[in-house]
Amino acid sequence: MVSGGCRPQAQDGGGGGGRPGEAARSDPSQFLHLQPQARAQRGREKKILFYHPNEVEKNEKIRNVGLCEAIVQFTRTFSPTKPAKSLHTQKNRQFFHEPEENFWMVMVVRNPIIEKHKDGKPVYEYQEEELLDKVYSSVLQQCYSMYKLFNGTFLRAMEDGGVKVLKERLEKFFHRYLQTLHLQSCDLLDVFCGISFFPLDKMTYLKIQSFINRMEESLNIVKYTAFLYNDQLIWSGLEQDDMRILYKYLTTSLFPRHMEPELAGRDSPIRAEMPGNLQHYGRFLTGPLNLNDPDTKCRFPKIFVNTDDTYEELHLIVYKAMSAAVCFMIDASIPPTLEFCRKLDSIVGPQLTVLASDICEQYNINKRISGAEKEPQFKFIYFNHMNLAEKSTIHMRKTPSVSLASVHPDLMKILGDINSDFSRVDEDEEIIVKAMSDYWVVGKKSDQRELYVILNQKNVNLIEVNEEVKKLCATQFNNIFFLD
Amino acid sequence: MAAAAGRQPPGPAEGEAPAAGREAGAGGEEGEGRAKGGVEAGGCYLALCARPVHFEKANPVNCVFFDEANKQVFAVRSGGATGVVVKGLEDRNPISFRMEDKGEVKCIKFSLGNKILAVQRTLKSVTKNANILGFCWTSSTEIVFITDQGIEFYQVLPEKRTLKLLKNQSINVNWYMYCPESSVILLSTTVLGNVLQPFYFKSGTMSKLSKFEIELPAAPKSSKLSLSERDIAMATIYGQLYVLYLRHHSRTSNSTGAEVVLYHLPREGSCKKTHILKLNRTGKFALNVVDNLVVVHHQDTETSVIFDIKLKGEFDGSTTIHQFVLPPRSIQPYQIPVAGPPSVTSQAPVPCKLYSSSWIVFQPDIIISASEGYLWSLQVKLEPVVNLLVDKGKLMDFLLQRKECKMVILSVCSQMLSEPERGSLSVIATVFDKLNNEYKKYLEAEQSYTMVVETGLSRSNPLLKRPVRTQAVIDQSDMYTHVLSVFTEKKEAPHKFTIAVLMEYIRSLNQFQIAVQHYLYELVIKTLVQHNLFYMLHQFLQYHVLSDSKPLACLLLSLESIYPPAHQLSLDMLKRLSTANDEIVEVLLSKHQVLAALRFIRGIGGHDSISARKFLDAAKQAEDEMLFYTIFRFFEQRNQRLRGNPSFTPGEHCEEHVTFFKQVFGEQALMKPTTF
Repeated sequence: MVSGGCRPQAQDGGGGGGRPGEAARSDPSQFLHLQPQARAQRGREKKILFYHPNEVEKNEKIRNVGLCEAIVQFTRTFSPTKPAKSLHTQKNRQFFHEPEENFWMVMVVRNPIIEKHKDGKPVYEYQEEELLDKVYSSVLQQCYSMYKLFNGTFLRAMEDGGVKVLKERLEKFFHRYLQTLHLQSCDLLDVFCGISFFPLDKMTYLKIQSFINRMEESLNIVKYTAFLYNDQLIWSGLEQDDMRILYKYLTTSLFPRHMEPELAGRDSPIRAEMPGNLQHYGRFLTGPLNLNDPDTKCRFPKIFVNTDDTYEELHLIVYKAMSAAVCFMIDASIPPTLEFCRKLDSIVGPQLTVLASDICEQYNINKRISGAEKEPQFKFIYFNHMNLAEKSTIHMRKTPSVSLASVHPDLMKILGDINSDFSRVDEDEEIIVKAMSDYWVVGKKSDQRELYVILNQKNVNLIEVNEEVKKLCATQFNNIFFLD
Repeated sequence: MAAAAGRQPPGPAEGEAPAAGREAGAGGEEGEGRAKGGVEAGGCYLALCARPVHFEKANPVNCVFFDEANKQVFAVRSGGATGVVVKGLEDRNPISFRMEDKGEVKCIKFSLGNKILAVQRTLKSVTKNANILGFCWTSSTEIVFITDQGIEFYQVLPEKRTLKLLKNQSINVNWYMYCPESSVILLSTTVLGNVLQPFYFKSGTMSKLSKFEIELPAAPKSSKLSLSERDIAMATIYGQLYVLYLRHHSRTSNSTGAEVVLYHLPREGSCKKTHILKLNRTGKFALNVVDNLVVVHHQDTETSVIFDIKLKGEFDGSTTIHQFVLPPRSIQPYQIPVAGPPSVTSQAPVPCKLYSSSWIVFQPDIIISASEGYLWSLQVKLEPVVNLLVDKGKLMDFLLQRKECKMVILSVCSQMLSEPERGSLSVIATVFDKLNNEYKKYLEAEQSYTMVVETGLSRSNPLLKRPVRTQAVIDQSDMYTHVLSVFTEKKEAPHKFTIAVLMEYIRSLNQFQIAVQHYLYELVIKTLVQHNLFYMLHQFLQYHVLSDSKPLACLLLSLESIYPPAHQLSLDMLKRLSTANDEIVEVLLSKHQVLAALRFIRGIGGHDSISARKFLDAAKQAEDEMLFYTIFRFFEQRNQRLRGNPSFTPGEHCEEHVTFFKQVFGEQALMKPTTF
């Protein structure tokens, strides 16, 4: 946390290209957990469960943690239930999050720097208003959710083996996870952490339902199932909050990792294995690599769901045929055997292959009927808090790890600002912003839904912008109650 | 065809089967079949009807005849001099009369409608030197005589008490057979007797259908009659006329037993061999056709088997080979009710000897015991079939073709949803699909009928009939009432299974493009809510699996207190219905979202006709002065625009709100009328 200067931010300045107004990139500088309620005599150092970067000198770690603790305690005086969430300084933003009682997570993000020349000498200037609090506090919360998905709660780790086990788990998880965070490209979508749903007609949807029900019956140890197509969700047997983070894991980590071999044509999935077996395209994305190898390991990632009440530990089996992916979750007390995996492969593989091509065919038919093949004329982001449905025509197809916005960062920042305004009131609202160079940004909030539209038209006035947005609502959102 | 074993070949006048007089017991059947047949195994799916026709059993002075056309038994005492008693299965009141004894009666039959009685007493015809083989009534006033030299079709003129020849045809006849249901007479011709010539009768016309040859099992060595009428039967199966030929096991061929060969006899076109029913046994057989099933009785084992030609068989390119549907079973044991004066009836009912050699079998479903004086119709019992046919898909195929199938099918559905015989989801899906396939066929027929009637095309097509709703049409309300609502209430099954079954039924309905009734959706919602599966419900609604309707939207609204997102789901649904704008306004006003309601109604252009009072009431209840001001001003402006004056008319009943407005904002805040 805190601290500038522990890593020079030259690359950030470079990202800004030195041009004024260009949004500079931010980078996590430090990331740590601390436990402020620990007895003072154990010393501050003992409170630090995880600190990144670890190379930071011990005293500095202690100082930084102390400062965080002080700020939180101090602000508690004014608001006992809602202490400070973030601290703005010239060089940094600090974000505080207490996911479990007495466990604190702090993330420090450096403000972007731009390089200016004064009297022929370079001068670094911090852009103090570039970062959006909501974006990074959401990122911090998701860090916890992701940790919890794969490790359970902090408290559970403490119960399992005290601080030592918790520290090990934190180290193991965050060591890898922090490398996958792309803080530079975080934006409004990270605030929503939504789920993209695959559009589908009723009949095909019912077929998928039928498939899932039959699979759960045949593989009776399966407790929950989720079904995705094209990296978009179709069905979740998990509760919404668990699915939200699992979806994030699947779409930002697991699927991208397996996409490349597919594209490269390696690992050709068509197999004619045991005689009499139907040819199919099914394969495991987690678990055994080769079902014919008797020594293959049937180890699946464990996940923790419903941690607020039933606290379930599950094996996560992800199985994919063409663009259709199914997550089967089975109770962790039943270790899946090779025999089970073979059975799953032989039952699910052929049926999922057929289903996947059905979905593809039906989707293309529906697309043709609705005429949705045309490129969307509007750049917009839609989010529904009720079902976490998210849709963006602003972001490009997800690359292996991130999705990139196709518009200027300044516009993305305006979207973020409008979102912050929305979150302050309960009422339905509409905000129209005239941005630079013929851009208009419109934000609409109706009940639990938010819509952000970016328009780029020369010489239009407010009324015309309003008309355009109405047009968009009439075509894209005519089947929901979305007030004009 | 003919009767159970042991019977002598019937006399030349076969049609009316002189059931009596033939001494039966030649076979010594006593005790023989008992051990083999597995009669005691239970699951008897064939039964004799509970109310048989009882007649005086045959003896030297009492001759008994059966008329297949009217299904009547004639008991003729002393050639009719001491009385003739006629009884039928349908007509419960016996007809009794006397007639002069002019010699032995060979054949006796009423015309259709019991108006005219025809009696044959001699084999020789008066006019020609031909033997009369018999006669048949084809209508109430038309009669056909069959002689060994031809066929003669007459109209009876009752007033003149004469016959008028309508048509005749010379042909050498070995024997004949009449199928009253289809008005077809079949004549056996040629020396071997295996070339069959059918004639069809309809309102005064006799038409010759194309003749056909029955393939005999082995080439006969001598040129003598090789096809017996006992081995031939005619029956209507699934609306089509078939000639059934019982082909006995021949030692020369390598067949595993006897078989029944079905020849389809269409009204036009040629007769074709279409089905072979494998009996896999040898011995003495008799055939019945009941409920479109071919029943084959086997006397040696005292069991019967049934065949359904609509079920899948093995198709060899021209004919379909069928195995029997169910394992062989005996006809259900039958107790002969002891009749007579009450003082005598104390004795126990006598068990009836089944498959007795004195049984004679007639088409389609008649069994007569001449020695005991009973006539039964044979019936198929569906309940025992349920346990004999393990494959539920095949069971449904079988049941759906039966007349009285509805309750049995519904009970099979209930059974497969509950322990201990719970079916797998794929079996359940198959059953639902089969039911809905039948259901859809009916809906389509009904729809095209309605369309023809509505467009007035029915006059040009007098043959058009309203489609008959058979018991095989199991609709959503049947399933809901008898199966699904009971099943969901029992709560014995895991909720996952319950929901999977409901979704499977909805999936099947959708697959057959049948509009799902909203009570099924309500059942799904109720079940999901009971188990707190709100996220599941949300997803179903999101994909419009539960189709939009006002009742459903209202149900969702009622769920808001336990599941807040239901509010949004409900509003979305009302919006999509596009006929529920008033409801949307009400919902918004009830939540004090007065501005939202106003914006909505303005968006659809209905703001000029809404009640100002309603909105002002809601605004006042919201206890938000600025909101009240805004709404009040909106209506003042509307008044100005519509009437040229911002004030409210007495009819709007807004005095209370005007007073309130003045109280809060002062009189000067009221809008001034604009004057030009």
